[in-house]
Amino acid sequence: MKNEMKLQFSALSQNESFARVTVASFIAQLDPTMDELTEIKTVVSEAVTNSIIHGYDNDPEGIVFINVTIENGLIEMSIKDIGHGIADVEEARQPLFTTKPDLERSGMGFTIMENFMDEVEIHSQPGKGTEVRLRKHLSSSKMLCN
Amino acid sequence: MSLNIDMEIKNDVLCLRLSGELDHHTAEELRMKAAETIERHQIRHIVLNLEQLSFMDSSGLGVILGRYKQIKQVHGEMVVCAISPAIQRLFDMSGMFKIIGMEPSEEFALQRLGVA
Repeated sequence: MKNEMKLQFSALSQNESFARVTVASFIAQLDPTMDELTEIKTVVSEAVTNSIIHGYDNDPEGIVFINVTIENGLIEMSIKDIGHGIADVEEARQPLFTTKPDLERSGMGFTIMENFMDEVEIHSQPGKGTEVRLRKHLSSSKMLCN
Repeated sequence: MSLNIDMEIKNDVLCLRLSGELDHHTAEELRMKAAETIERHQIRHIVLNLEQLSFMDSSGLGVILGRYKQIKQVHGEMVVCAISPAIQRLFDMSGMFKIIGMEPSEEFALQRLGVA
């Protein structure tokens, strides 16, 4: 059975925890392990933080959009902004690369997403915004397939 | 859930105990409080106790790296202790343990820095 949820909120840093906790609550019905739940919360936090800081330059007028679908243990998430966009996505994916070292950004956001998810797609256009699509199969569903 | 920051100074060592969640939103408060304490009390070493930290993302790595750079200027050391497996994965991924030490407890961390 397919199940879907949509969420949109102002680009305010206090909404980062709201976003990851809400997505984790939705995912909980698939009975994930604690590790999987932590991974999901972490990648949501990374993508939402990117949208707020890089997409919107911390402008609370900006809106972050999250769409999550779950089906047979497969989680698909889209985290999107209509902000500045990324000029060079390949460069942005490099570990430790950041455009904002003065803000003490670690440059590890995309690396963490790639480590914790099965698939990470980044669609971005300068001036139009960025959408990160993340996919993960839960281990319980993998066992059922075997 | 927010971040709770507990600080204790032992000689020139700052014991920084974090509980709750460290993300972009809470990292700013930690940066300001820790940076100011390090400067005002001429701190040389930092023991970072993460026993009660339930969540951290890359914003946490950034602010920790920032404090490491701050004490590196006075040839200090940073030792992290009581780290959870989930947060340890983030440290491993970013190569933080090449520059920051790790001990199982605050007591061991302080011994390593010659304080306890």
